[in-house]
Amino acid sequence: MHVTTWTESCVGSGQCALAVPEVFDQDQDEGTVRLLDADPSQALQRRVREAAISCPMQAISVSESR
Amino acid sequence: MTADAIVPHPTVRNCPFDPPAELATYREREQMTRMRYPDGHVGWLVTSHSLARKVLADSRFSARSELKRVPVLRPGADPFFGAPALPGWVLDMDAPEHTRIRRQLAGKFTARRMRNMRPYIEEVIDDLLADMTRAGPPADLIESYSLPLSTHTICELLGVPYAERADFQRDSKVLFSLSSTADEAAAAMDRLYDLVREVAKAGGDGLLRQLSAEGELTEDEITGIGVMMLTGGHGSVSTAIAMGAYALLTHPEQLAKFTTDPALTDNAVDELLRYVTVFHFGVPRAALEDFEFAGHSIRAGEAVTVSLPAANRDPAWFPDSPGELDIERRTSGHLAFGHGIHQCTGQSLVRVQARAALSMLFGHFSQLALAVPTTEITLNTRTSPVYGVLRLPVTWPVPEK
Repeated sequence: MHVTTWTESCVGSGQCALAVPEVFDQDQDEGTVRLLDADPSQALQRRVREAAISCPMQAISVSESR
Repeated sequence: MTADAIVPHPTVRNCPFDPPAELATYREREQMTRMRYPDGHVGWLVTSHSLARKVLADSRFSARSELKRVPVLRPGADPFFGAPALPGWVLDMDAPEHTRIRRQLAGKFTARRMRNMRPYIEEVIDDLLADMTRAGPPADLIESYSLPLSTHTICELLGVPYAERADFQRDSKVLFSLSSTADEAAAAMDRLYDLVREVAKAGGDGLLRQLSAEGELTEDEITGIGVMMLTGGHGSVSTAIAMGAYALLTHPEQLAKFTTDPALTDNAVDELLRYVTVFHFGVPRAALEDFEFAGHSIRAGEAVTVSLPAANRDPAWFPDSPGELDIERRTSGHLAFGHGIHQCTGQSLVRVQARAALSMLFGHFSQLALAVPTTEITLNTRTSPVYGVLRLPVTWPVPEK
């Protein structure tokens, strides 16, 4: 799994950082997404997929090819 | 009824947790339905999950208050709908005004900061549970637990003294009540502005002082943000927590799972938020231009109401009995906090509060029960945009001395 985030569309809702703090954090000033781990381990992948679905701005994309 | 019938927003419920049955009927027929607003305007009611997400993510559907219409009769909204947004009220603004203000707020509401409030929240909860234990059963869970918790939390966050609660709790109720007159709501708003303006000036630390110190927003904007968060951040959160407890108490098999497996808590809270969806009259929007959307011709100026309860019960998104409470269900994508740029800024704080509130409540009172039959529990179906119990009398066994 490979994760991509689009900071410019992010509104900082923080759903991803609350759901998978191992993979997503937020900029402490602007609240926008900071990707900590673009290639999360198997154990985190289900939660990462859910975070991508939950993002209100669709600013997270997940590709399964890698 | 034909497919072309124009319907009002339904409000009558047959079960405390199920949205009005008409919403499912409309959704099965079509994803959006022509709806007649209380002022006679004919707009749209969106009932499907996929279309709800599309509308709330589409900038052609404006959130500007001068264009929006109230889906159910609410005279108290008259001073604020059909008029430009009050300074700081981001939920009534589109980009770029919305973007400029939300950017100043998002960093203050990060998941990390909200998680860092957990020790404070737990301390408040410990005190409330000790008070309830001391006073003995029965207790109103709202008066004794969920309302003081949400009020303490929002006061701590904003820097508003807790001692002011009686006034702002009363004025918030007047502001949102469906039975308030325009004058009553406007006067309540004025009093709330006076309170928050004083707080923002007075010092102490909290979000309002921090925003003032940063100097990026005007004093009026900071006051507006404070009023919006103070009014929106205690009653609705308290109601959601109380409704969550009510749902668990009336679903014993779910409550048993909840109390035996702490790993379920986070998902259970999101399932409860989905299941009860307290913002029951939906999210208002208005079309900015003429365009084709989901097979319909939308005209500029038409009002659109996105029914969050209907979307959250849509079997197309929640395939396994969406009308049932299932704390192990996959809940991602639920719309209890809305969607798009206006999705609730405080949602992480709500989750942190609700998780602590429900797990600690049922952990402390392992045999908590309703103190009255469910038929005696009153729900505010038609009094407020926030749906829920007015009081939740609960009881618990007291060990004999």
